[in-house]
Amino acid sequence: MSDPIMSAPTMSDIATTGHVPRTIEGRGPWRLAWLRLKKDKVAIWSLVVIGLLVLVAIFAPFFAWLTGHPPNVQYRETGLTPDGLPVGPSSTFWFGTDDLGRDVLVRVAYGARVSLGVGVLATMLTVVVGVVVGLAAGFFGGLVDMVLARLIDVVLSIPFLLVAVALVSITGPSLLVTIVVIGFFSWASMARIVRGQVLSVKEREYVEAARSLGAGDLRIMFIDVLPNVMAPIIVYTTLLVPVVIVAQATLSFLGLGVEAPTADWGGMISTAQRYYRTAWWFIAFPGSALLITTLAFNLFGDGVRDALDPRVDRLIGR
Amino acid sequence: MVRFLIVRTLTGLVVLWLISMSVFALFYVVPSNVARTLGGRQATPETIAAINERLGLDEPLWKQYASFVGDALQGDLGYDYYHQVPVTTIIAQAVPVTLSLAVGAAVIWLVLGITNGVISATHPRSLADRSLTAFALFFYSMPSFLLGLVLLYFLYFKLTQAGYAWFPPGGYAPLSEGVGPWVNHLLLPWATLALVSAAAYTRLTRGSMLDVLSEDYIRTARSKGISERRVTYRHALRSALTPIVTQFGIDLGQLVGGVLVTETVFSLPGLGQTAIIAITQQDLPVIIGIVLFASTAVVVANILVDLAYAVLDPRVRIS
Repeated sequence: MSDPIMSAPTMSDIATTGHVPRTIEGRGPWRLAWLRLKKDKVAIWSLVVIGLLVLVAIFAPFFAWLTGHPPNVQYRETGLTPDGLPVGPSSTFWFGTDDLGRDVLVRVAYGARVSLGVGVLATMLTVVVGVVVGLAAGFFGGLVDMVLARLIDVVLSIPFLLVAVALVSITGPSLLVTIVVIGFFSWASMARIVRGQVLSVKEREYVEAARSLGAGDLRIMFIDVLPNVMAPIIVYTTLLVPVVIVAQATLSFLGLGVEAPTADWGGMISTAQRYYRTAWWFIAFPGSALLITTLAFNLFGDGVRDALDPRVDRLIGR
Repeated sequence: MVRFLIVRTLTGLVVLWLISMSVFALFYVVPSNVARTLGGRQATPETIAAINERLGLDEPLWKQYASFVGDALQGDLGYDYYHQVPVTTIIAQAVPVTLSLAVGAAVIWLVLGITNGVISATHPRSLADRSLTAFALFFYSMPSFLLGLVLLYFLYFKLTQAGYAWFPPGGYAPLSEGVGPWVNHLLLPWATLALVSAAAYTRLTRGSMLDVLSEDYIRTARSKGISERRVTYRHALRSALTPIVTQFGIDLGQLVGGVLVTETVFSLPGLGQTAIIAITQQDLPVIIGIVLFASTAVVVANILVDLAYAVLDPRVRIS
């Protein structure tokens, strides 16, 4: 009677001992993953950093208010040396100024909006397209699979950055174009991963069971198959965000990011490279912001992967 | 094996055909103002019409594409709009630079990445493993243009300021001027391209080696008394290399992008910089030529990677 695992508590147990014995509660795989993630200090700290970055992006006007410098105002008197060069960090301009005498701190804060915004939106686009194509290819097989698999191959062998740069040069730089271009070239790897997973899942008994109950293709795809391939999708999605952020910054660095005078990190670094001998702060602050962002997302993504796929051998080194 | 090669080559050709069509359509559908740029501000409508006729831009799209493909199959990619230089000549001038950059960097990152990955995996949890893993994650998160600028700042600018002019600020020295200057001009670009990619390979090798090292056949090999070194490199690394080869195939496409950025930062006159200049000038024949050339390189390289599979993994050869 004393073993709580063997039997449910009875009224007499509670009456004699005065407390409810512990019962074993069922934990789903998602709850287990969350419990593992919570124990991963590095992942939690990166999540905190990501949260802070989101706050900076949302409250970017706060920095403009704090310093009294709106992001696009050029301080030609105080913000530039007599030779017209950027001035270094000081009590007026905490992160120094850029080539036009604008406040680097405020522009770095506003730049977070572009990086995180494009990062999230382009990733979402990539994931939706990739998952739908991968699901369809893996689930239907046959001709559908053949056509879609070839399409994936074609997209994967296009030199992404080269074509993206060429495309943006035609349409002109804009955030929408950047998001669409990144999404268009990134869905293929996601589709390939999902397709592989679906191929193994669709032969399982529960899919057969669903079909014998009269479920249609769409229902099976999204209700029965999709939840069972969710883990790799989530892992890949978290690791995709930093890749997308770097892609956006790189396009911007090559001069094809956002329309002037919008502040964004890649564009700032691009202008700053002409001044790297005289104005280190002009590269250092947007550069560090970019690096901290990608590092935080990569560390968090690693944590998510370990939490969702806790193979012992991978954990050995931690 | 022959059948496999034929199928892969045919698929590769289809891929190239699709790419050529989409790239051509994209660039020609958008109204281009090349004639206006070439004619200058004072150009009359007649001049512009004449320029359009000379460049063949007044023909219907399908005709332009047909003559483009016809010429391309004979190794003629057209002439650039501004100086009437054959596109093939422009590519031929740029290829040695890009090849020097890409091949050198690829060798460095594969050696560095795989060695570090093996060290990490054979000494899990050691100080070496932890520092190599942290090191890899740092460079893995680093955008290549940022790394290039950081290297330029410290290793060119700061060192030169301190009186050690070891590295040039950029530019290219062809091999014909001697190996020394060639290497000297390429060291920083190589490091930029290699460090970012090596990091990914360190992580990949480490994971893959840890998987393989826990297999039964590794225990068998050890129990036969084979030296640990031989077990690591002959038995484990060989099968751990398969995912690395896959990744290398995928990365070749991305390498083109890395080259683009690195050449821009270090002003190397390779394909990437040529493409960027052509793009800013809307020099369509050059853009299309380089895109097609790069895609062909990626497709061919992918076929070679598939062949490398067969060498590494006998199971692939049978199926």
